[in-house]
Amino acid sequence: MAKKKLKIAKYWADCCGGCDVSLLDIDAKILDLAKIADIVFWPIAVDAKLKDLEALKPGEIDVGFYNGAIHTSEHEHIAKIMREKSKVLVAYGSCAQMGGIPSLANFSDRKGLFEWVYHDGPSNENPERVEPKTRVKVKEGTLDLPELFDKVRRLDEVVDVDYYLPGCPPHYKRVAEVIDVIASGKLPPKGAVLGAKDKALCEECPRERKEKKIKEFKRPQFAKDDGKTCLLEQGILCMGIATRGGCEARCINVNMPCRGCYGPPPESIDYGASVLSAVASIIDSNDPEEIEKIVGQIIDPAGTFYRFGLPQQRVRT
Amino acid sequence: MSEFEPKIVGLVCQWCTYTGADLAGTSRRKYAPNIRLVRMMCSGRADPAFILKVFEMGADGVLIGGCHPGDCHYIEGNYKTLRRNSLLKPMLAQLGIEPERVRLEWISASEGERFARVVDEFTEQIRKLGPINSSSQAK
Repeated sequence: MAKKKLKIAKYWADCCGGCDVSLLDIDAKILDLAKIADIVFWPIAVDAKLKDLEALKPGEIDVGFYNGAIHTSEHEHIAKIMREKSKVLVAYGSCAQMGGIPSLANFSDRKGLFEWVYHDGPSNENPERVEPKTRVKVKEGTLDLPELFDKVRRLDEVVDVDYYLPGCPPHYKRVAEVIDVIASGKLPPKGAVLGAKDKALCEECPRERKEKKIKEFKRPQFAKDDGKTCLLEQGILCMGIATRGGCEARCINVNMPCRGCYGPPPESIDYGASVLSAVASIIDSNDPEEIEKIVGQIIDPAGTFYRFGLPQQRVRT
Repeated sequence: MSEFEPKIVGLVCQWCTYTGADLAGTSRRKYAPNIRLVRMMCSGRADPAFILKVFEMGADGVLIGGCHPGDCHYIEGNYKTLRRNSLLKPMLAQLGIEPERVRLEWISASEGERFARVVDEFTEQIRKLGPINSSSQAK
């Protein structure tokens, strides 16, 4: 008798859809996935509705992949349902794991976001001050929209999470490996980060490294990259020094610096502080005034160092 | 318990500032009891992550004490702290913590008096700022 097929589900919350595409990026492997698993819920790819998900028995889904951060009441609701219905729940991608790019909204709150997006943004024309409401009565009936929360949260701030799969999006080879692990049934201990290395990205970076000393920080578009020297040594802010490897340096291979989507290695106390510490200590100056000047070239330190995870930061905004 | 007593953590280097604190003690110099000293091998060990962790644990201020520039036992540990501190301050401001809550001072082993004065001054400064999270935007 054929082995019973796994049931998997995938959901997108506050995200860009890149994580969903990354699952398709595993190429022919997707056919293997179809062999071992039935997809019971995946809004971007299959036609199952929320009521179909709700109709499942608790624990009926073998593996639930949740990508995206939690920003609305709908994200929270589905996270809770996914948790209830899944034996194993995986936080898939940087947003579910750490908050991701959407969590930069935590520098502000709902009111601040609405002010900018619907009123103050330079391209807005909104004299009647229209803003989204959670309930609107129109001629045809009542319309409900999910409520936007003040702060963006990681998945594990809302429900219990079994595994984390980092990346923005996760590297397709890592996704394929993780699917193999799941198919084999040999799962690591709960709370493990799957599909990533424990060492920093520099370990797998192809560029040449010498001594790091920086007189000036440049934005990538203004730097003349020689194509082979460590980007940080050329004054381009690369966060690979404090970021987990596993992505095969895919950004650096196209001459872009690491932006930190794989998050901190296991021993890190605070990701942003680790990047800050590493970057600041290689400034080539002992003169307080000159240091101030060089540091001033990093325009948005918090947004840069916590780009993929403001909710991970210790002193919460 | 009406008046606010600031909780201050001092991350200090064992060669200079910690020895300076010792001197303040052996000289019987009184200073504000609000500081809790953590002896480190070098001010360069005062990782920004420790500073954030200390704030998370409820400290209202952090004093980092190192050797005077040029005097570091490990040649340039104190310069590394100087550079990190310059970058940490604008980041703290963005995270809703007043940068004045972190103070970097060079205090040598012979400056017991100065150590006591800095602690007194810093305690008063933090007292004015109030408890962390009350005055700041952080929630």
